[in-house]
Amino acid sequence: MAEKIVVGISDWKICKAPDMLITYALGSCIGTCIYDKNTGISGLSHIMLPDSKAITDGHSTRMKFADTAIPDMVQEMKRRGASSGGLVAKIAGGAVMFQTTSGTFNIGERNIAAVKAVLSSLGIPIVAQDTGLNYGRTVTFIAENGSVEVSSAIKGKVYI
Amino acid sequence: MAIKNYEDLEAMHLDVLKEIGNIGSGNATTALSQMLNTMVDIEVPVVEILDFQQAIDAAGGPEKIVAGILVGIKGDIDGMIMFLFEKELVSVITETFFGHQTENLVAIDEGEKSALHEIGNIMAGSYVNAISQLADMFIDVDVPKMAVDMLGAIMSAPAAQMGQMGDKLLYIDNNIVLGNVNVRSKMLLLPTIDSLGNLLGKLGVL
Repeated sequence: MAEKIVVGISDWKICKAPDMLITYALGSCIGTCIYDKNTGISGLSHIMLPDSKAITDGHSTRMKFADTAIPDMVQEMKRRGASSGGLVAKIAGGAVMFQTTSGTFNIGERNIAAVKAVLSSLGIPIVAQDTGLNYGRTVTFIAENGSVEVSSAIKGKVYI
Repeated sequence: MAIKNYEDLEAMHLDVLKEIGNIGSGNATTALSQMLNTMVDIEVPVVEILDFQQAIDAAGGPEKIVAGILVGIKGDIDGMIMFLFEKELVSVITETFFGHQTENLVAIDEGEKSALHEIGNIMAGSYVNAISQLADMFIDVDVPKMAVDMLGAIMSAPAAQMGQMGDKLLYIDNNIVLGNVNVRSKMLLLPTIDSLGNLLGKLGVL
């Protein structure tokens, strides 16, 4: 029986087929799905902010930031047997939920840029993405075949 | 003593914040009923300090479709106020101003959005007026911004902005009866941690 494993805000989880990973209602946050083509080991991270070096409260989790969450998740995937050469990524989210006239606070775009930079530094290619614009997305990552369903209130379902 | 994060707050501080939430939201709801020109019956709100995930779950879950109105506040208190309107409340508003109910929240048009903006603006003004009178503080409100979408996505905006400092907010759940319709409205008060300290100081509990 396939299980749907929920990934919360500032969280990441790893699974294998036939299980699935789901994260709800990404706004400016990013869902990063990393899939190992060789073993089917799959990880989904839900980050909220680009850079852990901006933390000031001393209570934050590494899973909240692109620069710490994604490397940690990839390391754990490898520890569980994922191959270095087979990893590919699909990303979704990074929307601007509230248009600002000043445009000074576009966290969605900064998140997209940060996730891309982290994946590039880890040598993991992005094979598909559904990012930006102005609406929320729920991401379901199907470990069976590495496919990602992105659903939204505005556009319905798409597969990337 | 300086408040550096929400974990520093003691029971007395929380009680004061809850009372602030109670008074502010009461004022805002009264303003709403005046705009709608209808009798309002406000039950005692549920006021809690929650983290973002808990607030999303308490307000109906991440995929619930809501209208979110986000208002920045600045002055002696910096931060944000967020109003979350469910379909039933939006429907009362469109019925009042446009003569028809709201069937599909996602499909509301520009005129309806603009009415919600204005209502958010007035409610936010009433809310901060109550706080500023009580605490003798100057608080100014920005132009509100609105989005209709999944609750989790709506909440990501304040979560990201406030998340650099902390993960908690003041969550106020109002059950209100407008005319004969029972509607829910949620208000979130998200002061920066420094502002929270200022507010508690002004109220003499810090």
